Amino acid sequence: MPAPEQHRLIFRHIDEPGYSTDLACYLRSGGYEVLRKSVRRRPEELVDEVKKSGLRGRGGAGFPCGVKWTLLDRKSGKPIYLIVNADESEPGTFKDRYIIHRDPHQLVEGIMITCFANRVERTFIYIRGEFPEGAKILETAIAEARAANFVGPNVLGTGYGCEIYLHRGAGAYICGEETGLIESLEGKRPYPRIKPPYFPAVLGLYQCPTIVNNVETICHVKHIADMGGDAFSKIGTPNNTGTRILCVSGHVRRPGYYEFDVGKLTMGQLLNEVCGGPLAGRKFKAVIPGGASAKVLRFGERYKGRRKVGAEMLEYDWGVEDIPMDFDSLAMVGSMGGSGGVIVMDDSVSMVEALGNINAFYSHESCGQCTPCREGSLWMKKITARMAHGGARPEDGTLLKSVADQIAGRTICAFGEACAWPTQSFVAKFGDEFAEYGRQKGRPRSDSEPELV
Amino acid sequence: MTQPATQDLITVNIDGREIAVPRGTNMIEAALRLGIDVPHYCYHPKLSVAGNCRMCLVEMGMPAVDPATKAPVIDPATGRKRINWIPRPTIACSTNAVAGLHIRTTSPLVRDCREGVMEFLLVNHPLDCPICDQAGECKLQEQATGYGRGYSRYIEQKNAKPKRTLLGPRVMLDDERCILCSRCVRFCKEIAKDDVLGFTDRGSYSTLACYPGRRLENDYSLNTVDICPVGALTSTDFRFKMRVWFLRQTNSIDTGSSVGANTVVWSREGAVYRITPRQNDEVNDTWMADSGRVLYKAIRAHGRLDAVRVDGAQSALEFAVRAAAGILGVGGVAVVGSGRSSVEEQFLTRKLRDALGASASLVSRVGKGDGLLVSADRNPNVRGALVTGLVAGLPAASLDPLGAQIDSGAVKAVVSVGEDLADAGLSAAQLAKVPIVYLGTHANPTSAAARVVIPTLTVFEKSGTFVNQQFRIQKFANAVPGVAGATDDLVALARLTAAVGGPSLGGDVRSIWKQIAAEVPALAGVGYDGIPDTGLLLDGAPWAGLAFAEGPSLRFRPADPPQKEAAGRG
Repeated sequence: MPAPEQHRLIFRHIDEPGYSTDLACYLRSGGYEVLRKSVRRRPEELVDEVKKSGLRGRGGAGFPCGVKWTLLDRKSGKPIYLIVNADESEPGTFKDRYIIHRDPHQLVEGIMITCFANRVERTFIYIRGEFPEGAKILETAIAEARAANFVGPNVLGTGYGCEIYLHRGAGAYICGEETGLIESLEGKRPYPRIKPPYFPAVLGLYQCPTIVNNVETICHVKHIADMGGDAFSKIGTPNNTGTRILCVSGHVRRPGYYEFDVGKLTMGQLLNEVCGGPLAGRKFKAVIPGGASAKVLRFGERYKGRRKVGAEMLEYDWGVEDIPMDFDSLAMVGSMGGSGGVIVMDDSVSMVEALGNINAFYSHESCGQCTPCREGSLWMKKITARMAHGGARPEDGTLLKSVADQIAGRTICAFGEACAWPTQSFVAKFGDEFAEYGRQKGRPRSDSEPELV
Repeated sequence: MTQPATQDLITVNIDGREIAVPRGTNMIEAALRLGIDVPHYCYHPKLSVAGNCRMCLVEMGMPAVDPATKAPVIDPATGRKRINWIPRPTIACSTNAVAGLHIRTTSPLVRDCREGVMEFLLVNHPLDCPICDQAGECKLQEQATGYGRGYSRYIEQKNAKPKRTLLGPRVMLDDERCILCSRCVRFCKEIAKDDVLGFTDRGSYSTLACYPGRRLENDYSLNTVDICPVGALTSTDFRFKMRVWFLRQTNSIDTGSSVGANTVVWSREGAVYRITPRQNDEVNDTWMADSGRVLYKAIRAHGRLDAVRVDGAQSALEFAVRAAAGILGVGGVAVVGSGRSSVEEQFLTRKLRDALGASASLVSRVGKGDGLLVSADRNPNVRGALVTGLVAGLPAASLDPLGAQIDSGAVKAVVSVGEDLADAGLSAAQLAKVPIVYLGTHANPTSAAARVVIPTLTVFEKSGTFVNQQFRIQKFANAVPGVAGATDDLVALARLTAAVGGPSLGGDVRSIWKQIAAEVPALAGVGYDGIPDTGLLLDGAPWAGLAFAEGPSLRFRPADPPQKEAAGRG
């Protein structure tokens, strides 16, 4: 079956020749018209549109956006804050960066519609510290929008006022976790908060009700306000509505960003047709479908079960190539859609060394607040590093799995799962490779023994 | 701080046993009421909940409810309510009691969680308990016996971190032992209000440190050592001096001020090694000031009086008492009592005053309160002197009136019970003008000028009671034997009283209490043995009009009218 055409909502303009980040260009392309329409509607209507749209968060967890907004504590009398999570740090993910670099005003418009819908008067964009260029572009865009009265004390003469502040992070993956982000924004170490009681919708930024949404999610809000929630919900598949940006990296001929209707495209179509298939003389070996923390899928595996299609339950029997790229299907096969970062590995890759790379990342990024993640992530990294440096033992795979099992589900935030899932899935699916690795590498050399520090 | 629990009781189920607890009680405290220990490191009842150690993970569930009828679902197999158990474990410290809450603390999952956390905490922790100062009172060591592996699966290099960082004058940090529980950080921020501690670096390399340019030197810094569950924070005064399991613990009271913080004195073979706070939620919670922890050094301080002397010559107590009676028999005697003396001693001082027909005064020690556990009145027991009737009002700011009476010849002899009159304002000429009988612990200008000197005991060498700023009477007990040559204050005072023609009184606490109960209205019906370890509130109403020096402190508001508890409680 041929792959469907790309459906570019958010990325409609970004590759157009001559399309630039300035306000004039955005206005020429019909920019801020949706905001003009939206501020003449009742805020509740906009929230309803988003609820009807079925939009699910694009940051990683896929939580329904409309539900998140309705969980807000609106009775406390405290101000409601919107935080735009632009701390895009999940390895393999680069969609938000493109939005910010190529079409910042789309984000600003989405923010203003979201704020108007939720009666938010102060918004913070928390942008990753490693995006200095993106920060400059956004600052310029916000200033332009303020000068044109799209942002500020009296938006488009309606009397409604909202300010956008940009905050740059200092280079920590954990700041992408929403409560860690909030702590960081408050000027503290980004230690994620314990939930309960600190749910952002109730006790968020400065203990006030707070919405934290991903950049792509916010951009979708603009399109939902434009076309209406019903129309949006017809894009994609039921419960997995709209379009989604997939960031493909690794061993394919045409890596890059692609926007498709959610679930209308299978993994095989994406990798073989859209991305041009494996490199010459290579075969696909494994793919991580939703950013480095998603569980790896092994080519050749079969996934069987029953799933709901419309009103009936149907049997499915999928290979990796057959999996539809939507939240629910990827969850059914034991992984997740996550942030949309598809990382492809071909048969030139050693899974032990690939895992070593991932473990190095997570041990470096663990904030150190709670015990299992703090100690477990570094332990797993030390094991895989030792294996890669010639000290592999046949039992290391089992040990790795056991350490990972002691982390997942026992930590303050989802980083515990994020750092445990790669190890759990790599060992589960490539256990033979882990067991054999030491024999392939030969005996450890004495000069590779770790030195006493 | 833990959530303030409301008073309405709700029922929770812990390991199949039901208990009614105030709504909002956290599950560690609720389990404790059933005698069930939920192991934990970062949780501390007097600090905010951090939830970072993950040792207290338990299974949690709620009764299943029929969505249609809202009625509880009954399990046909057991005939009991069906419980929906949450598959993920949850931390007991931040799980507050709601009606119907069920937790399991002994399930295989919970055990697995604890073993996992223990293993993680130990992979980078030095396994050298035999040379660690915390051994014997280390939570990690305790839990390792229950949840440790007994062998290590960890063959990698451990992280290296600083071993001896002086955080402040009294606290030493060994970062390799630190399990990053953040109790000390939270204590400094929330209780001491001196936010100086934090973490640097990330992940397993996280390191406890003071903020740049700051030191942990507030007067409460040693509480961080007390609450450190491991050997990371140690007291520079105590570390490596003595194994804790050799030490005897004796309940005592901090004499640093009228707060009367409850303490434990740790001693071995007649020597005190350290003083730590003892929990009393009405007085000092679980804290005490650093300044109170060094007071034991007075026991062996230079200048400790160790011989009865009459006119400079060593003497026996009998002769000294007789000599004193001779000096005091001339009349015109002034008695200088002490707000540092115990209630019993003040009672006997009053008896001595009465027998001599003399006047009595106290020495005032008023400074600045810190709002926490050091109050403005540095005397621990001024209220005891009021209650026993030794004095009728608060001590004057100085002893100038007494000096004037000496100068005028109205006062012909002085008895000082532990007070240095020179320090209290009398001149050398005034000290030389009248004969002085001095009872005290250390040499000073008064003991040098005195005709009769009777060495007495420090608070650590005797038993008794103090009445703190709340009018709470609290007991302290004899921790170490008195130094050779010293006499128990009570014995000395009782003999002196008898020798000057007063009643014959017992020289020990219990026999004096018989007398006290009979004669002191505020203590009528209060037996010495009836005073609980956390003290007993007396009725301070008769002295409500006095202008006490104390401002608010941790568990005391001056405006609070003192209330009397049921007499003889405990």
